[in-house]
Amino acid sequence: MASYVLRRLLVAIPTILIIITIAFFMMRAAPGNPFDLERPMAEAIRQRILAEYNLDQHVILQYFNYMGDLLRGDLGPSMTTRDKDVAQLIMEAAPTSALVGVSALILAIFVGGALGVAAALRQNKPGDYMAMAIALIGISIPPFVVGPLLQLFILTIVNPEILPFIERMTSIEMRPIPTAGPGVGGLDLTRFVLPVITLALPQIAIISRLMRASMIEVVRSNYIRTARAKGVSGRRVVLRHALQAALPPVVSYIGPAAAALVTGSLVVEQIFALPGIGRMFIERALTRDYTVVMGVVIIYSTLIILLNLLADLVLAVLDPKVRFE
Amino acid sequence: MVRSILNICAASAAALSLAACGGSGGGGESQSASLVLHRGNTAEPYSLDPHRANGTWENNIIGDMFIGLFTENAVGEPIPGMAEEWTVSDDGLVWTFSLREASWSDGEPVTANDFVFALRRILDPATLAQYASLLYPIENAEAVNNGEMEPSELGVRAIDDETLEIRLAHPAPYLPGLLTHYTSFPVPAHVVAQFGDAWVQPDNIQVNGPYRLTEWRTNDFVHVVRNERFFDNDDVCIDEVYYYPTNDPNTAERRVRNGELDLNNEFPGQRIEFFRQEIPEFVQVHPALSTVYLTFNTNQPPFDDIRVRQALAMAIDNEFIVSEILQAGQIAAASLVPPGIANYGGEAQVSWADMPIDERRVEARRLLEEAGYGPSNPLRFEYSHRNTADNPRIAPVLQNDWREIADWVNPDIAGIETQIHYDNLRSRNYQIGDAGWVADYNDAQNYLYLFLSSTGNMNYPDFNDPEYDALMAEANNELDMEARAEILERAEQRLLDAAPIAPLWFQVNKSLVNPRVTGWRENAVRINRTRYLCFADQNETE
Repeated sequence: MASYVLRRLLVAIPTILIIITIAFFMMRAAPGNPFDLERPMAEAIRQRILAEYNLDQHVILQYFNYMGDLLRGDLGPSMTTRDKDVAQLIMEAAPTSALVGVSALILAIFVGGALGVAAALRQNKPGDYMAMAIALIGISIPPFVVGPLLQLFILTIVNPEILPFIERMTSIEMRPIPTAGPGVGGLDLTRFVLPVITLALPQIAIISRLMRASMIEVVRSNYIRTARAKGVSGRRVVLRHALQAALPPVVSYIGPAAAALVTGSLVVEQIFALPGIGRMFIERALTRDYTVVMGVVIIYSTLIILLNLLADLVLAVLDPKVRFE
Repeated sequence: MVRSILNICAASAAALSLAACGGSGGGGESQSASLVLHRGNTAEPYSLDPHRANGTWENNIIGDMFIGLFTENAVGEPIPGMAEEWTVSDDGLVWTFSLREASWSDGEPVTANDFVFALRRILDPATLAQYASLLYPIENAEAVNNGEMEPSELGVRAIDDETLEIRLAHPAPYLPGLLTHYTSFPVPAHVVAQFGDAWVQPDNIQVNGPYRLTEWRTNDFVHVVRNERFFDNDDVCIDEVYYYPTNDPNTAERRVRNGELDLNNEFPGQRIEFFRQEIPEFVQVHPALSTVYLTFNTNQPPFDDIRVRQALAMAIDNEFIVSEILQAGQIAAASLVPPGIANYGGEAQVSWADMPIDERRVEARRLLEEAGYGPSNPLRFEYSHRNTADNPRIAPVLQNDWREIADWVNPDIAGIETQIHYDNLRSRNYQIGDAGWVADYNDAQNYLYLFLSSTGNMNYPDFNDPEYDALMAEANNELDMEARAEILERAEQRLLDAAPIAPLWFQVNKSLVNPRVTGWRENAVRINRTRYLCFADQNETE
């Protein structure tokens, strides 16, 4: 197994290098540069600033300079934030994205899994239809619609109507639920509720459908019938025997799911004004902050490759039929 | 198993209500006596170093932290800041300022040397200050900035600790307005000497203004707190300010309505009707010193022909655009310099300003026919505009206005990403483009200098008129303010007659301000310093 992991990691290195190269030239191919501002600066100053960031060199030269810095572990200075460099910007933003992404993934796995199992066991009955209807909605409505809808729901119904009602009933003082933003002074978890739900919803839907399909197949198999015939309790059959056999397709989806959460976070962080790397990626791509975009691309691609590897490993542990070759 | 679905629902409901009870901060609710203002502030700062900043949102923060020789009052007019009194030599070239007694937030006195240090630093080419050119009226500033002279040769000197002398390259009666701009702010020389470029980090920074930086979380917020050593600290009401980059105006709008933000300094124009109905007391709309105009590429056909430019400019029904499309109080523009600008009052306007639109269309057609266009030689061109704010909504209206001239006028429109659009304008890779200008300081010269032949790539139409250049130079050397205004007016009229640009409308500032915030005053330069704001429930300090 160790040699398998090593082999996969070695393959990942050229993959990431290729991604970096493509991203680098795509960024430079986009017209404009970070210093083409709405309010233009004096030409002489502009030339000096371009020189400061090596942007006056030929693009091939810039590429080798960048790769050289990268090999030394230097992600370079940001071009649109003078006071901070790329590594610092990413370090500041990554925890928010990680918190939202991991919470959404966990939520999706558990809620999606539970919905899928519940639906499978009630196949073609109202419970099944209900769960699958929810799933279909979750897949169909994109996060950029769900997010603002949730915000408006909080803004126009929950905060002005429901919270005062609860307050009157319980005489507990209710603080209005924030619609966006990370909160000031420390970690305010309430602000992550809406983004996590928004981000998890499509994944809940997909996982529940995967879980349902896989579960339906398993509960029909002979060994489950045997277990039932031997008088094993329904709960034990599902949790111990069926679930383990039904999990591999779901686990193998976690890699793509993580990728989807990463890309989904681009939208969700924007809607909820979260200071994560997804929002940074979009804003910096628009303002042509080459180095920050490259830094985020490197983080994202590494993350997706590692998560795929991790999913494959978990799959091998769960399913003895999988061999490391 | 239906039960387990219900359990999940119950659990998530519990999570929601938990969320509602728990959590800290936010919402502008202050637990202690500390008054906290939550300001929506457009975008993430590039730098909080006044020598490196380049955006109005940075100005909002930097101007809360530093005070220059002059500063703004609540309505954005220049008032003395660090300058207590000043004298101007008879030729208008030497300004001598006596500084007020004040100290940095670490207790060190603010001296004339801090100003000299700051001005030399920003003009030093090594600082890479993007905005240094604003200070070129100072003697030798341009040469220093271009590396042709040493920073020590700049025309500023400290006569003693409390007296500063600024020598100018030409008389600049608008100097007080210019000196409210952050490029001219003092920086604490002793702190910069100690920490270098890192002087502006929260741990190191010292300020002479009402607030001091304590934290800057990228894409999250900038946090400043009251500087007790600020000279006018007694009159400052708000104790702490959070500035949020509100790139997404829709999210910002919901945050303001939900009470998370006390104000946001922009909202999308098309939302104004809704706001006026739903939250009228939040809506703040004021005329701005900002002009939106079209620029013609005068280097190439068809716009090297003045008749074509005039025809297209006069065919635009900008009254219709402001009253039916924009609807937020924008004013149809017949000139480049907005009304209400200081030291001006010029009445220059396009020659067709008083003609009804129908007559203008007939005249436009006549001009185009005269220029050789007609059914057999249709006029084709492309109008490119920024894909932001109101511009995409206006483009089809302009297109329609031009088609109204005659059916052989065929405009195409192209919406382009802002960055690329400006790159195109600068490299003259366009035919007609939309552009805008916001005053850096309150003076007509700040608009008219754009079209000097020496302005370079910011002179988008490549307007090149020796007579215009001469008039502007004459205005710079004129000490009598009324005579100067008259020269500037002649220059503007000359510009409008040549029609390298077509003025469209004068902008408004649109903000959403929670009615609990007091002191938010009508403001042409769009600068509302936090020190003048307070909360309605804080009557004793108001």
